[in-house]
Amino acid sequence: MKAYAAVIGARFRMMLQYRAAALAGLGTQVFWGLIRMMFFTAFYNSTTAPQPMSLTDVITYIWLGQALLGMLPWIIDREMREMIRSGAVAYELVRPLDLYAFWFCRDLARRTAPTLLRAVPMFVIAGLFLGLQPPASWASAGAWALATLGALLLGASIANLLNTSMLWTVSGQGISTLMVAAVAIFSGMYVPLPFFPDWAQTVLNIMPFRGLVDVPFRLYMGHISPSEIIPLFAHQLAWTLFLIVLGRLLLALGTRRLVIQGG
Amino acid sequence: MRNALLLYLRYIAVSVRGQMQYRASFVMLAAGYFLMTGLDFAALWVLFDHFGSIQGWTLPEVALLYGLVNIAFALAESTARGFDTFGTWVKSGNFDRLLLRPRSTVLQLAGQELHLLRIGRFLQGLAVLLWSQYALEVAWTAATAALVLGAILGGVGLFIGLFILQATLAFWTTEGLEIANVLTNGGTETAQYPLVIYPRWFRCFFTYVVPLAGITYFPALAILNRADPLGSAAWMHWLSPLAGMAFLLMSLRVWSFGVRHYRSTGS
Repeated sequence: MKAYAAVIGARFRMMLQYRAAALAGLGTQVFWGLIRMMFFTAFYNSTTAPQPMSLTDVITYIWLGQALLGMLPWIIDREMREMIRSGAVAYELVRPLDLYAFWFCRDLARRTAPTLLRAVPMFVIAGLFLGLQPPASWASAGAWALATLGALLLGASIANLLNTSMLWTVSGQGISTLMVAAVAIFSGMYVPLPFFPDWAQTVLNIMPFRGLVDVPFRLYMGHISPSEIIPLFAHQLAWTLFLIVLGRLLLALGTRRLVIQGG
Repeated sequence: MRNALLLYLRYIAVSVRGQMQYRASFVMLAAGYFLMTGLDFAALWVLFDHFGSIQGWTLPEVALLYGLVNIAFALAESTARGFDTFGTWVKSGNFDRLLLRPRSTVLQLAGQELHLLRIGRFLQGLAVLLWSQYALEVAWTAATAALVLGAILGGVGLFIGLFILQATLAFWTTEGLEIANVLTNGGTETAQYPLVIYPRWFRCFFTYVVPLAGITYFPALAILNRADPLGSAAWMHWLSPLAGMAFLLMSLRVWSFGVRHYRSTGS
């Protein structure tokens, strides 16, 4: 256990080094959020029909999305890719650790540290000037925190599938791009899920992706009542467990036939 | 000039062969880009299905803007890849090598890579553009066709110009900056929607400073035969793509200024 905690700690300290990059990223994301905001405002101005979410809620949803973007499991770990490409992954195999758990922790830290760095200033800026509302209630805030934890674990299990897939494709970019597409739309990152037509809702509810964005965000703003947290958290955990089992199987298969690149 | 062109083609051939080495990944990646941008459009569809229109613009009309800007961006991104990743050249000191060769730096960087993967985005933009014209039943004349082509070329010029400016920045900052994405990726996002939805300062910026409106919104007005609610003149809609080319020429000037001020990081 201590070894895994050390993995997380080391990654964390490393990620916190890149402050300038984080600042530039923040600027980019404020801009993106602003465009989305103007876009949705224009839509709401063009209609008088009742909407599944109020404009205030949509704006909060947008800023939460910009703040927590880094949590999403859609960018392949570059170092991991280099490791597999250069053959350094062989060192990973000889470590006296469970490889899956090791990669899981590594990924967990890789996505938490930069997100924290980015989310805190984003919450301050968007909260003060750009219309991000505070959580609906203490209960909502609690439910959101729990669902965010669920989203992190779910994200790490998806990311580990991506990492493992590189043992076959080496470059890993292809599958990662497909994953970006799936995550972006089905999680609610592009368009909050309540806007989708009714027939799509059933499918969206079954898929794992809503647990990454839509569920925690709507819990935050009270659009989903905090009393519903238990089945939703269970949904996140069930998918996480399933993906972990799948990932372990693939990893076992992959390491058996692994060809180390390089001489 | 002819020699330069031949050399460029040679560079491109090498780059294409290189990219074909990881074939499975390439196919998945190209399909991925197609899907990714396709889903991006699906998201627009979801919203229009729900809201009907955005300040008087329907989905097929917005699709025209969307198609124009995505085609232009895909073409620019695939040719100007060398500029997009220029930060690493400066950081490693490798730019010195380019300076030693008896060819212009612009040619060498442009020839670094023809990023074929962007074909996914290009095809998707084209599909959206064609669908929009089909749904709107626009009767194309030679003039409209020329305008569409001009708008795309102007757009390619504009985006390449932005990539060059972004690269020029690296002469001073050494590190490539994510903030430049605001104008490239962010610009694409901005130009997908009609200019009328934005506040005044935003519109002015994307008309006069970075003339994105000139390669999507204004030509689209001419193609759709709409008057501009913001009150610009009709002749302007036909000439506005030239702004993209002007932007490219300006960026090339800035680039040569940057090259003169380059100091190597290498030892």
